[in-house]
Amino acid sequence: MNDPTRPAGSDILVIVAHPALEQSRANRRLMLAAAGASARVEVRDLYALYPDYLIDTAAEQARLQAATLVVWQHPIHWYSMPPLMKLYVDEVLSFGWAYGPDGDALRGKDLWLVATTGGPEDSYRPDSYNRYFFDAFMPPYEQTAALCGLRFLPPLVLHGAHDVNEAQIAAHAAVYAQRLSSYPRWPEIDEMPECVDCEVPASARPAEAPDTTDRPQRLERQALQEPTWKPVQSNTAPG
Amino acid sequence: METSAIEHGAWLTGPLIYLAAAVLAVPLAKFMGLGSIIGYLAAGILIGPWGLKLVTNPQEMLSFSEFGVVLMLFLVGLELEPRRLWSLRKPIFGWGSVQLFGSAALMMAVAVLAGVDWRLALVAALGLALSSTAIGLGVLAERNLMGTTSGQSVLSVSLLQDVAAIPVLALLPLLAVSQVQASGGGWLDAAKALGVIAVIVLGGRLLLRPALRWIARSDTPEIFTAASLLLVVATAALMQSVGLSMALGAFLAGVLLAESEYRRELETDIEPFKGLLLGLFFIAVGMSIDFAVVLQQPLLIAGVVIGFLLLKLAVLWAMGLAMPIPKPERPLFMILLAQGGEFGFVVFQTAAQAGVISAPASSFLVAAVAISMLLTPLLLVAADRWLIPLLAGQNRSTPPEISEPQSQPVIVAGSGRYGQIVARMLYANGIQPTLLDHDAEAIDGFRRFGWRVFYGDATRLDLLRIAGAGKAKVLVLAVDDIEQSIEVAKLVIQHFPQLTLVARARNVRHYYALRDLGVTLIERETFDSALMSARSVLEALGWQPHQARTLAMRFRRHNTAQIDAMAPHWKDEDKLIAAAKQGRQQLEELFAQERGEAAQRQVTAGWAREGRAEGDIRS
Repeated sequence: MNDPTRPAGSDILVIVAHPALEQSRANRRLMLAAAGASARVEVRDLYALYPDYLIDTAAEQARLQAATLVVWQHPIHWYSMPPLMKLYVDEVLSFGWAYGPDGDALRGKDLWLVATTGGPEDSYRPDSYNRYFFDAFMPPYEQTAALCGLRFLPPLVLHGAHDVNEAQIAAHAAVYAQRLSSYPRWPEIDEMPECVDCEVPASARPAEAPDTTDRPQRLERQALQEPTWKPVQSNTAPG
Repeated sequence: METSAIEHGAWLTGPLIYLAAAVLAVPLAKFMGLGSIIGYLAAGILIGPWGLKLVTNPQEMLSFSEFGVVLMLFLVGLELEPRRLWSLRKPIFGWGSVQLFGSAALMMAVAVLAGVDWRLALVAALGLALSSTAIGLGVLAERNLMGTTSGQSVLSVSLLQDVAAIPVLALLPLLAVSQVQASGGGWLDAAKALGVIAVIVLGGRLLLRPALRWIARSDTPEIFTAASLLLVVATAALMQSVGLSMALGAFLAGVLLAESEYRRELETDIEPFKGLLLGLFFIAVGMSIDFAVVLQQPLLIAGVVIGFLLLKLAVLWAMGLAMPIPKPERPLFMILLAQGGEFGFVVFQTAAQAGVISAPASSFLVAAVAISMLLTPLLLVAADRWLIPLLAGQNRSTPPEISEPQSQPVIVAGSGRYGQIVARMLYANGIQPTLLDHDAEAIDGFRRFGWRVFYGDATRLDLLRIAGAGKAKVLVLAVDDIEQSIEVAKLVIQHFPQLTLVARARNVRHYYALRDLGVTLIERETFDSALMSARSVLEALGWQPHQARTLAMRFRRHNTAQIDAMAPHWKDEDKLIAAAKQGRQQLEELFAQERGEAAQRQVTAGWAREGRAEGDIRS
């Protein structure tokens, strides 16, 4: 928390995940809007920070702990989050820290999803190709928040991000920035119920957390037992 | 006025001759594999009074030579920071004293037994026991050996000599006391000498820093250099006024500047001149060999040179046995310290001036020292060609370290830059590999850090067996030499089929050779680091880090596939080149096509409505 790279006094943490920001129309603009919205905001671009998918869990947890509002800003891919964002959720929101016994590091904070979709709003209807209203894809997010004691704020969604014109993107970015700078004085926050309490019993997990260092070793031993010819790329990082 | 014009011309002719001789002789000597010092010495002999007689004025030669020594010793002093001296105090004062006083005592004993007057014997022994710092450190720097055990040992001994020369020089006039003609005056001279040294040291410590600070504030770099040179000249003049060597004064000035906070700045200023000054010094040594003295008593001088070299080598050989110097490095250590040195010149000159020894004896000894300095680079060449390979070979045939059988799951053959990183990562994860190397120096370094490194040649079946190849699961083949690497791979495949080979390929041909043997886990040694650099370049140009990574990984996959596809042709150069060209073209086309598609997507609005709505990444 004494990290010098973190802006002093920032209590809003914006986690951005876009696997190809260079091709982005909306998310890059939104990211810039967030960074310029207020000195309270710290933006973390996961794909720029961890292009090799090696997330610094301790650093990310320290930043979460310091924040009051956590924003997840990403495009919706296959009705869900991009892969590095998912890895971030897997590794940073860990058992015993974010949830489970003593896992109350995030309790009482707010989580706000700022998403974009390629498809237009009217594609998210039972009679169109996405077959469901957009809200139907929210339960995994809502429940992730609830399990960690995070209050899930109403998402800000930009539909049809490929189609929207310059003015629409600018207007949307302005709303985003205004929201960030006025947090927590949002009209809807007063009307929101308290966060649901989801107690995970200690018995929900094996007594000993599996030793992660053991796994690759076991795989290695297995590989050694069957030394067959393999194409060259198999002994290196996946392409 | 007339004379000044003539002097002006003479001043130009001198440097012209020296520089031209150096520029011709040094590259020639280097080309013949003899090193730059021999080149300078040969150039000196060539242009000197006994060569082409281009420089015949002995007076000019003497002052020039003296100036070279003065400046050289100033630079030596500048490098002799008192703190550095302190950190090396044990090897310096321990081993350095053994060398200096051991050699001097031995030589004096031999000389006295041979019937030489004890004063001459003492002066000669002390002067000849000193070695040439310029040659020792010069060769170490030229061969980049400063960091090795032998390099540090040479430096330590040289430093003690530099320090010990000061009291030796200061006390020389005392020897004259016993001579009839110098009664009383000797004590006074010695007191004066000690007094001037004390004044220089104390005055320098108290006054130098404020003075330099004041000069540095003028923000004129050349004035700073000028000030340091003024200090040298002033100290030298002061020393000469009481009959002490100018070179010693310059040395003291150097040490005093080594203590100042401006030392680095000063070193950067003078560094470009340093090599050339050393070169001029060696030229002066070459010129100062008085072949008249040599030709008068050729047998005697040969006997003295060979005799004192042998005595010093004997002392150094005994030291090398006791010191932790690897066997193949010992000849270098011995040869670099065996010759006489520039301090010897100063000692003999001072002793002659003080009347301790006669002028002919002094020039005889100076010639002996100069000849021994000329012999040093020749001895080094001889040792490089015959002695060191012999010693290294001897070591190889009797590897004492890897006699106890090992039973680790991993053997790393080659503990250089590559094997080292592999081993370190294994260590970090609780696997203790058995490291094999045939570089004595590298092993010494690793062992000091507590590594299990063994001396051994991995191309030998018995050594592989002792290293535990019969029980191990993996052998990391990280040796530098391609031939050896292939040899080890053949041995392992034939005799230890249970071993998985993880190999380092130095280049693509090596890769194919290993692949032909059936090795599958091969990495080209620079490939991945080069790809990482390519990533950095793309990022520096504004590419997204993740995109840079993806492009590098895809390049990697394409490239390895291409290498595999070309494998059948690797012995046919023409086909290989054709295939490589084709592969590169394919990759360029592929990337260009993708760039085009990406650009197309950017301009085609509304594409998403018809396409795969949520699989697309552009929102």
